[in-house]
Amino acid sequence: MKILSINEWLLSFMPAGAASITEMVLIALIYLTVFAVLGLYLVLLERKVAAWFQLRLGPNRVGYKGMFQTLADALKLVSKELTGTVKADKFLYNLAPYFVIITALMALSVFPFTENLQAFDINIGLFFLIAISSIGVIGILLGGWGSNNKFALIGAMRSGVQTISYELSVGLSLLTMVILTGSLQLSEIIEVQKNGWLIVQGHIPAMIAFMIYMISGTAETNRAPFDMVEAESELGAGYHTEYSGMKFAYFFLAEFINMFIIAAIATTVFFGGWLSPFGITESIPFMGIFWFLAKTFVLVFLMMWFRWTFPRLRVDQLLTLEWKYLLPINLVNLVLMAVIVWLNITIQF
Amino acid sequence: MGSEAIIVFFLAGVVLVAGANFLSNLISPKSDNPQKREPYESGMTTIGPTWVQFKVGYYLFAILFLIFDVEVAFLVPWAVVFGEMGSIALVEILIFLFILGLGLAYAWKKGALKWE
Repeated sequence: MKILSINEWLLSFMPAGAASITEMVLIALIYLTVFAVLGLYLVLLERKVAAWFQLRLGPNRVGYKGMFQTLADALKLVSKELTGTVKADKFLYNLAPYFVIITALMALSVFPFTENLQAFDINIGLFFLIAISSIGVIGILLGGWGSNNKFALIGAMRSGVQTISYELSVGLSLLTMVILTGSLQLSEIIEVQKNGWLIVQGHIPAMIAFMIYMISGTAETNRAPFDMVEAESELGAGYHTEYSGMKFAYFFLAEFINMFIIAAIATTVFFGGWLSPFGITESIPFMGIFWFLAKTFVLVFLMMWFRWTFPRLRVDQLLTLEWKYLLPINLVNLVLMAVIVWLNITIQF
Repeated sequence: MGSEAIIVFFLAGVVLVAGANFLSNLISPKSDNPQKREPYESGMTTIGPTWVQFKVGYYLFAILFLIFDVEVAFLVPWAVVFGEMGSIALVEILIFLFILGLGLAYAWKKGALKWE
């Protein structure tokens, strides 16, 4: 019951049953709003960052400096005609967006945005995140298969092999950090970091784990340089070729939310989540949100930076990178971290 | 919130997608045309079925993933209690990872990690 004790406030003027239901509805509404706003502004950020890298202006017409550009785009998408093919497997085709949206939304629910702002403090938080983020790919596979379109099918299959491969590295690099924390609960992971962020506490293996995590996290979200899945020049739009209007928007939205989730996990596990550096703003309530978002957006920016720096990988290079480099390095790194914790040579403040 | 949060967020997701679909159906224009309902293939008429037997390489990597993902699942409880167990846990995990590494080396040698 962590969201600002909404429950106690509600209990003061309504019976217990009604209070808990109202609480749930309120929390769901808050998160849906956060979800939509994040999605819209991450798209704008991506376009602006892309523009800066290419010395363009980017969207700047709708609203102040293009602030409402994606809002206008969203309205346009809602009012677009929903086309689909007659040959599609209707049930799977329509089911796919539910998978990607629900998993993204559920993953968002476990993050501690600040000390008291966490909807769902589950004791296996990190494990839940790894598990839920791997369900999203089922939506992509369903969409690609159900569309009955060759581009979509190839895109979905590529996405499948890429996501399951890189999932190993995501899981193992996060496990490396779990050795340090001794807990999977996200609030406890942050508690541990009051003695120094984990990337400092675990020094060398933690930095290796962070690098592996960022590489495989980028691959998990199907972003460049790992965007063979929707390589425009060969596949049209990849797995969502047959989706139009609002149905396309779900995939687009989920992709950006997933990028935020990957960055937010890294923030929580490596960079102390909502903790301020050296505790400088510890006395001010709700500054945690600022720090959490600041760190997360720096990492989001890093992922956008990747996109404009590295060329796209081929499928064999992609699999070689994961199975012949990242996975063995990860296993060795795991042992290295275990030895460091065992010899107690972590850095603690 | 307790574990009912899972259900709440699940329902929120369903409501979001179903609601936006409904809204979109309400205000979007509709026009029908047999050509529009064909699958997109660069403007050509589609040739042959789409649901064919797919390249076996994808399947092999899925099997490899299955093996290693189960191992990762085994590692999770170990990582959590490592701090309390100390040297015994370290020795045991070295044996475990040695066997796992042998498996990876075997797959590598057999050419299962090669994409062709």
